[in-house]
Formats: sequence, C-alpha cells, structure tokens
Amino acid sequence: MNDLLTIKGLTVRFHIYEGIAPALQDLDLAIGQKETFGLVGETGCGKTLTALAILRLIPPPGKIESGTIMFNANGGSEPVDLLALSEPDMRSLRGSRISMIFQEPSAALNPVFTIGDQIAEAILLHRPEEVYQQAADAVDQRLANAAGPVSILARPVWSVERRLYRQLARNPESVWLKFVGRVPLVRRLLWRISVEAEKMAAEALKDVEIPDAARVVRQYPHQLSGGMKQRAVIAMALACCPKLLIADEPTTSLDVTIEAQILELLRKLKVDTEASILYITHDLAVAAQICDRVGVMYSGTLCEVATAEEMYGNPLHPYTKALLAAVPKPGVEPSPIRGFIPDPLSLPPGCRFHPRCDYATEMCSKETPTMREVTPGHLVACHV
Amino acid sequence: MEALVEVRHLKTHFPILKGLFRRPAGAVRAVDDINLAIRREQWMGLVGESGCGKTTLGKTIIRLLRPTSGHIYLGAPSDAIAEIESLEHSRDGHHRLKALRREHDLATFSGKRIKGVRRRMQLVHQDPYTSLNPRMKIRDIVAEPLAVHGIMRGKQASERVANILRLVGLSEQHMARYPHQFSGGQRQRVAIARALATNPEFIVFDEPTSALDVSVQAQILDLLKHLKAEEHLTYLYITHNLSVAETVCDSIAVMYLGKIVEMGTALEIFHSPRHPYTQALVLSTPIPDPKTKRVRIILPGEVPSPANPPTGCRFHPRCSRATEECRSTEPTLEAKEGSRLFACWHPLE
Repeated sequence: MNDLLTIKGLTVRFHIYEGIAPALQDLDLAIGQKETFGLVGETGCGKTLTALAILRLIPPPGKIESGTIMFNANGGSEPVDLLALSEPDMRSLRGSRISMIFQEPSAALNPVFTIGDQIAEAILLHRPEEVYQQAADAVDQRLANAAGPVSILARPVWSVERRLYRQLARNPESVWLKFVGRVPLVRRLLWRISVEAEKMAAEALKDVEIPDAARVVRQYPHQLSGGMKQRAVIAMALACCPKLLIADEPTTSLDVTIEAQILELLRKLKVDTEASILYITHDLAVAAQICDRVGVMYSGTLCEVATAEEMYGNPLHPYTKALLAAVPKPGVEPSPIRGFIPDPLSLPPGCRFHPRCDYATEMCSKETPTMREVTPGHLVACHV
Repeated sequence: MEALVEVRHLKTHFPILKGLFRRPAGAVRAVDDINLAIRREQWMGLVGESGCGKTTLGKTIIRLLRPTSGHIYLGAPSDAIAEIESLEHSRDGHHRLKALRREHDLATFSGKRIKGVRRRMQLVHQDPYTSLNPRMKIRDIVAEPLAVHGIMRGKQASERVANILRLVGLSEQHMARYPHQFSGGQRQRVAIARALATNPEFIVFDEPTSALDVSVQAQILDLLKHLKAEEHLTYLYITHNLSVAETVCDSIAVMYLGKIVEMGTALEIFHSPRHPYTQALVLSTPIPDPKTKRVRIILPGEVPSPANPPTGCRFHPRCSRATEECRSTEPTLEAKEGSRLFACWHPLE
C-alpha cells in the first residue's frame, strides 16, 4: 500500500429543487507517489468535482454521500481518511499537503493584494516557524555585524526582537506573543516577519522561473500577463511543498506557446519537489504530453484508467475511442460523437454512455458495468 | 479563381490618449500593413497567439471597426483593384481614385452602404454564452438580422428561421426557447444560424469552438464543412488552435504582432514551416500521442506590446536564429519559392 491517495466508492450528490443529481457515482481512483495522473473528460462530467471532493470543498447543495479518500501524507505510515478528519485538521492539510491550481489565474488571485502578499499568506499560515526562524537569524546577523555609534543605541532593541522571534519560532501558538502582536508600538518589533515572508515569496517565485522576482512580489495581479499570473498561482500552490498538487485545467486560458512553457515547468517541478500531480484537463493532447497515467471520466463515473501509452495506443472503452477520434490531429479528419451529454437528473439506466455508443447491446441498457482489469494496470468499465 | 475578399495594406491602429487634452501619445498597432486574399469558397485559417490582432483583423474586414488606412474589397473586379493601386502611386487622377474607392473599397463605406454590404458578410463570435441575448427567444435572435435589413418579417421570417435551424441541426421546436435552455454546442449552432439568416457569402468565425468540448467541437466543425459545401460559403476562420486549423482549413495565415509572418496551405504550414515562429507554434501544439516525443521548442518570453513593437523583425527578441539584420530591417511577406509566403531573413529549410 504505497499509493499517495486512494479514493474508494466516492459518491457525491446534489440535492436540488428538481431532484437529486448524482454528480459522482462510486468513483474509485488511486494516485501513486510521484505520479502525474490525468483526469480527462468533457464539461460537466465531474472532473473538477473530484478535485473539490478531495479537498472537501464541494459547494452546497452538493454533499459527499459515501466513500473514503485515504491520503498517505508521510510515505510509510498509516494513511488518513480525509472524509473523517475534523474541519481544523482539514484546514491545515489544504494548501500545505494538498494544494490546488485553479483554471482561471486572474480569478484565483485577489486583485487588491500584491502577488507577494498572497504567497506570503500561504507561507505564514502553514509554516510560520520557518519565517520566525529566518527573522531571528536576520537579527542575529545584524547583532554580529553591528558597529559604530548607532548600533550601541539599537542593540537593546535588537536583542528584544531576537528574543521575540526565537520564542515565536519555538512556540508559534503562544498566547502572550499573539497578544504582543496586537499591541500598538510593541507590534512594530515584529516587522521583520513580513519582510522575511516577502523574501520567501520571492524565492518561491524564482522557483517557477519568473524573471525579476523581487519586482514581481510587489506587483498586483493586473500588472502581470496571463502566463505570469499562472506561474504566480503555481508558486503559491507550491509554497508549502505539497505532496499532492491538483492542477485544474491550468493551461486552458493560455496560448499554446505559453502552455508549452507551463507544462515544461510542471514537468520540472514534479521532479524537483517529488510531488504527485492530479492533472485535470479536457484536452487529451495535453494529457498525453504530461501524464503517466490517465483516467477518462464520463458523466460522474470513471470509464477507463490506464497508463498514457496504453490509453492512446490501445483504448478499450467506446467513449475513449470516440473522444480520441474527435480530437483534431494533423492529417486525420475528426469524427464527432453523436448525441449530447445526458442530463444528470435523468441519467440513462445501465451504462451511462449506451445511448451514444456504437457497440451498445441489450445488457448495456440494464446493468451498470463495473471496473475490471483487462491487462495489468488497464481498467475498463464496459460490458463489451 | 478570383478572390472574393481582398485586403490591401490594411492598418488598424488604436490611439493611446494621454494628458489633459487627451492627445494621442502613440498607437496600439493591432493590425499593421496586412495583405490577404481569400478566394471564393475557400476556408482560410488565421492563427496566432492572443493579442496578435487576429480578432481586430476579422472585425476590420467586416467593417465593425474602421481601418486607419488600407483597402478592403468584397467581390470587387480585379481590374478596378488594379486601377486603384496604380492611381495611388501616380500623382494625378485624384477624382477618379476617389470615385473608384467609393464604388469598391469597403474602407471608405459608411452609413447605409455599409449596412447594405453587411448582408453579404457576417461574424460568429467566440463565446456563445455571451453573444446571444438571454432575454430574446431563439426565433427572435435568428430573425433579427432579417428585420434589421428589412428582408422579411412575420410569418415569412418564422418559416425562414425554421429552415435555417434545420440546416444547422436544430429543430423547429427550439424556436420558442431561450438561450439558457441550450448547451454550449447548441448555442453556437444558434449563433451560426443567425449569421446564415441573411444569406451571406462570407463569414468570419472568431474562435467558434474554443469555448466548447472536443466532441462538440468536432460536431461544429462537421457542420461548418457541410454548410460551406451546400451554401457555397467563404470562411475566414480565426483560431489559436493550430491542429484545428490544420484539419479543416484550406490555407493558413500565421499572424504575429499585427503582421502576417507566413502563409501557405495547411499541409505546408504544419509539415514544413519556414518561419521560426510557425515552427515554434507547430511544435508547441500538443498532440494526443505520448509515444511521439517531439523536439520541443519552448519560446522564451511573451508577445511584446503592440504599442511598442521591437525594431526590425518583430519576432527577433524571441527567435533563436536572429542576427543583426533581423534587429535592424524588417522582412516583408514575399512569395520566395512557389506559392509559399513568409517574412523572414533566415527561413528554415
């Protein structure tokens, strides 16, 4: 059992006025360590919902009805069930162990805060000790190098500062230090925290290959281009070294050349940070370029899971085949899938794809197919 | 084959106004000196990154925007175009030139004349979620161009709308519904139906499938292909997706920062690009096959601002083959070998 994340029988339903819409139905999914797992499918098939379910951020009236999401944060030790965690525990996981890159970078960033502020927020929330330690070290440096008449006056202040930062680093939850942080004038002794956090934010930006990071931390989102914003969002997601990075269509709103840059960056970061990536996309071509394994979703269920080579070389599910045929490829005419995605309120019985399927039989309209392993690592949910 | 749409030295600049008196302090050169000819029943693709002026060019051609200078012809006789061209270079014949341009050049049209010509060319917008009025029924949306141009109204118009809806794969029952009752693909069909209402000859598609799923995209492209064959239409298809352009278009023009850098048939552009920018675009287009590992060319940096384009070749700051010549002098779009047009000092073999 060394998978990072194992989802078993996840069911999400939306209780709305017109009825109950099963948005996800008995979803089984496993993401290994250091793996890029691609989740592809059309609009409304539940890709983003799966990601939100992992973070337990499903908006009401949606509800997680059943299932388990086992998350193995520390490698060897026993995994935890994310659905059984308390809300404060979940909060400390979000953004630190599991973080998410959203589709629209301009919507994910707050327009009234600088890029540096927003990255620093994540850092201060999830690893404040390091910031305090760095601040203490900075004062240490000051004390060691100080010389001249000014330093004689400043020395006592710096010593107090150093003590404060050290105490904070040892015990970030300390109540009386929190009190100090609120008292006017005394509060100013803690000014280094924001300076150090900004420095760390600049480091994070440098990691995502933003040129001139020191300037960018002080800029507002509207001053950056789309590609730069997406890099900043990635930097924010990676600021706390997550084990699992959920990327929800990170390149959909970008140009191909910028998309290629971002994909290259993600590929590199994955090697550097040893994180797993859950890559959600509707673009099969992008998934082919970046993913190790790919899962195809249709109307709330997974219909095929395989390695990328296997999926594109030997697709087994009729929906996967149809989807691959619909992608424009050089020299090949794209062939459309007939019909439309079913309405989640009135799903067809049996296999959900059968009204649009060319291979459908009597059985398909009666029984729901279950996942079976055809060859090692290649799972298909289809009767045919 | 005679060209239906011909664009000569077209420029569309947007002034940047500054100071107390809003004086122009510069200009965003969205479309800068473009020559383009689209033959009858041709499917022309226009590709490029966002901000390169694709949409501005499309909108200028159908005269939703007023060009700063240049000529646009729709079905003008070639001898008239040639005469205008020659008169422009000579010193005399101002009156003749003016009369000819009034007659043929869309860039000089305004008011009633532009309305008359707009019946013959239509635009399909990018996002079907914003291009349809949510408070109008489908029947009214599709019949609006008929009413605006005074072609038909009432029962007659309803019949025509029903016919067009059938043509784009919808049915008569959809006429009484509102846009929110449709999916993205169906909405785009409604938008296409609206464009077809006045029986145009030329349609500009501004990224019609970029908001849609691949399976729906294939449906729409299929529909466009049928419509083109049945109604003898001419398309200008604006897209940023090179693989879509390759599969459907007859010929492709690649735009970079307000200029066309390369033009050729779809096969030529995709398989033997001559301009380094085209090559970079082709190679950064992901293909759905993990086995084919291509040499990736990742372009450094981003598209510069069109308000302040680089000197010389506009692509040189991002180009790996740039030399001193590229920095100082701008290459022109020329037919260097056969029918291939490209603007580069150091083309790829």
